[in-house]
Amino acid sequence: MLSKRIIPCLDVREGKTTKGIKFKNNIDIGDPVEMAHFYYEAGADEIVFYDITASHEKRDIMIEVVKHVAKTIFIPFSVGGGIRTVDDMRKTLLAGAEKVSVNTAAVKNPEIISKGAKAFGSQCIVLGMDVKYVGERENIPSGYEIVINGGRTYMGIDALEWAIKAQELGAGEICLNSIDSDGTKNGYELKLTSLISKNVNIPVIASGGAGKPEHLYDVLTKGKADAALIASMVHYGTYTISEIKKYIDSRGVKVRKTW
Amino acid sequence: MIAIIDYNAGNLTSVKRAVTYLGFQCIVTNDVREITKAERIIFPGVGAAGSAMDSLKRLSLDSAIKDVFAVGKPILGICLGTQIILSHSEEGDTPCLGLVNGYVRNFPNKIKSEDGNLLKIPHMGWNSINIKSKHPVLSGIREDDEFYFVHGFYPDPDDSKYIIGTTDYGMSFASIIGFKNIIATQFHTEKSGKPGLALLKNFCKWEP
Repeated sequence: MLSKRIIPCLDVREGKTTKGIKFKNNIDIGDPVEMAHFYYEAGADEIVFYDITASHEKRDIMIEVVKHVAKTIFIPFSVGGGIRTVDDMRKTLLAGAEKVSVNTAAVKNPEIISKGAKAFGSQCIVLGMDVKYVGERENIPSGYEIVINGGRTYMGIDALEWAIKAQELGAGEICLNSIDSDGTKNGYELKLTSLISKNVNIPVIASGGAGKPEHLYDVLTKGKADAALIASMVHYGTYTISEIKKYIDSRGVKVRKTW
Repeated sequence: MIAIIDYNAGNLTSVKRAVTYLGFQCIVTNDVREITKAERIIFPGVGAAGSAMDSLKRLSLDSAIKDVFAVGKPILGICLGTQIILSHSEEGDTPCLGLVNGYVRNFPNKIKSEDGNLLKIPHMGWNSINIKSKHPVLSGIREDDEFYFVHGFYPDPDDSKYIIGTTDYGMSFASIIGFKNIIATQFHTEKSGKPGLALLKNFCKWEP
């Protein structure tokens, strides 16, 4: 049986992680390559890098990071943030990423999904979605709307319709981030996650709101997610991936236990 | 020297990186001479069976692989490479290399897990293996080790004695095939953490 995946997410700006891992002994690592290796050894099933480098000229720094990461970890990892063209995808995949993730670029130009899927296969194309609850209305029947710019810009697109369309265009996976629960540490948005997951036939990674292992259990069961993204709960040493997996396993959900 | 066969079927750099990390020399190549000269070959690949077979034929790699097989050099199939060694694929109704008799089949529609949930296709993520028979390339691999899969079709060899390992995904399918000097995994051993690297290392030293 397939295991549910636990995926740490690293934000990277100009080649440095924005939040270092603070271990219990207070050693701070700001190098994404070292952090990725740490999580590889610690039992991460996959790693997500999110490049938040503002300047387009400095984006090649991320490609160098990807090349180094690929030499040191032997599990899949994806790269998102700032990928706007098929050529950006190609560079990132050739540098060693298993998958690339598109978010704003796909909202503005959905064709990038089909072009990417055709060029590299659906399995490498992840659709990132930032979603806010706005209440059910005529153009947003599910009540969940696609937003960009960290939630500041509403796109007038229904999240469920967008997920289904992206699947048709060839997205191989969805990384679903709830802006409402992001940063709250009060748990994932279960209703949103199960709504999307039930209505697409591609895997859904839940994101936003993880604060304790129970939250992951909830989103992997009630939320019907295939994988759960985590950040601060492991970056600050509050929990280890191993502790989270032990908890989820103890409640009967299959996770990868040897690595 | 290990030759990793390049036939425009996906990103082969990850296989090269893993082999290099393990301390073995390898080249990614579509040159028939290099492939025939190599001590062993790795036949990876992602993508569709039809376009992969077209590329193999165009580059004359189909006969090169058959020759390497016939002289008994070790061959490792990975993912699409594992499917293409069989006789025929349901994906695009494609005749394949036929090094091992068998079919590549589509997962049945609406397969369900034990708890009744509809399973997603492709089968993507970490899954375990049930070892059906001993093989030197699996030395040190345990049944609770997991491997990384990404595939919508599965290999189904005619003779079950060539099934070295199976994996469960709503049904049981052959995830490791062993026949003469071929060992082939449906999972991406190069992306499967330490158990994957261990298997790859075993292959790099295997003398069938």
